[in-house]
Parts: sequence; C-alpha cells; structure tokens
Amino acid sequence: MVGKRVTLTLDSTLDSVNSAEESATRFAASAGFDEDEIARISMAVREATINAVLHGNAYDPAKKVGFQLERTRDSMVITITDQGQGLDPGKIPDPLAPENLLKQSGRGIFLIRAFMDEVQIRQLHPGTELKLIKHVPGAAGDNKEASQ
Amino acid sequence: MSMKANTRQVNGVMIVDLSGRITLGEGSVILRDTVRDLVGKGNKKILLNLGEVNYIDSSGIGELVSAFTTVRNQGGELKLLNLTKKVHDLLQITKLYTVFDVKDDETAAIKSYK
Repeated sequence: MVGKRVTLTLDSTLDSVNSAEESATRFAASAGFDEDEIARISMAVREATINAVLHGNAYDPAKKVGFQLERTRDSMVITITDQGQGLDPGKIPDPLAPENLLKQSGRGIFLIRAFMDEVQIRQLHPGTELKLIKHVPGAAGDNKEASQ
Repeated sequence: MSMKANTRQVNGVMIVDLSGRITLGEGSVILRDTVRDLVGKGNKKILLNLGEVNYIDSSGIGELVSAFTTVRNQGGELKLLNLTKKVHDLLQITKLYTVFDVKDDETAAIKSYK
C-alpha cells in the first residue's frame, strides 16, 4: 500500500464531487483506517472537492479539478487543485463566530480542518491547492501527537 | 442513497420524515423546496425527523440553517427530531446544536410547540 498513488483529472461537476468522495473512501479503507476515520476523511475530501468545483471553478466546463490520493510511509495525503480565482486562507470567516453562526455557507474549510490532521492551502495563480493529510495510526514515523 | 421527504401532520405540527443524504444538489434542494412549500401554505410548526438521515455535508447543514431562519422569520418554529450520531456530532462541531431545538421523542416534540 505504501507508495500507492491515484491521480485523476475531474470535470467541474457535482458528479466529480461524488466520484472523489467514493475514491477517497475506498483508498482510506485500503490504507487501514477505521470506519469513523474513513467517514471523516471522505467528508473532508467531499468538502474540498465542493470548494474546487463550486467556489474555485464555478462549474466552468473549461476548468478542471486535479485530484490525487497518495499513501506515504506514515500518512494518507489528498491533493485537490482548482483553476479558479484563488482562496486566501487569511480571509476565510470563522463559521463559529456569533455573527456567522446562522449563515448558510462558509463551513467547508472549517470541517476539513476539523476532520484532518493537517491542511495546507496554497495559492497557484490561478487556482488553489488544498493538501489534506491524515496520519495512519501506528505507521512508521507517525507524528500525530507531535504535530498537535 | 438519494434523499426522500415525506410530510405528515400530527396535532397541528407538520412532521417531515427525511431519509438518505442531505448533500449539495438533490438532497439540499428537496429539503429547501419541502420547507418553503410548508411555510408558503402557512404552516408555522415544523418538525424535521432526521432519524433516517445517514449523511449530511456543509451544504446540507446550510440548508438546515436556512430552513430554521425561514420558518423563524415567518413567526414559526422549526425543530429537529431523532438525530443520528453523525449528524449530532456535526451540529456540535459547528456549534449549531445549541441553535436548534433538538428532540429525541416525537410525542414530546409535538407537545413542545406553543
């Protein structure tokens, strides 16, 4: 399993969101995560792909979503890229703030951060790359506690 | 599994039995249309039964919040019934558990409406 990598180029559609979620579910299961962790990873991937399709590429058929699953020595790493305007991590509102609590949207990145061990957001000019990392429990070099 | 919504009335309370996934796309749209239809017909006591909802994403959470504010803005009350553990955990993480009036018994929930 270590070293395994799946790379896909997805259209900016709702079907891509479901495909990415299903691929991540299968990959996480084969990486040895338990049922609860698989659910968290799958949801984080779903939210990240929604971000790319909806907020990044705005359903533009000319723009693609890059999607990669990778099993490293100690982690599962998911990389999702879009070709949109770019996401400034410093400008993401806190969905837990009282003034934002009853807003309809704005919880995606928050949920991704809640469910993954590490989340890296990089601006691509144009576009955004989200790298989601979940450490495999008991794997060699597992550094989950050290990173918290 | 796609989402389904069935509506029934008990003692003046409109109960919406939801099942499946409330996610971006069809699931969120069904929830939105169902609540708007009920509010449009003058219903002000709405109880969403989420007992068979096994999955909800941020779009689905957004639709629940939108339904809550839509009903409240019309002077009504929207409450939630029978949360699964996953949905319960999600509402806790997002601090919405304290916003919604959450019930786990249908009879008690119906009696709780003013």
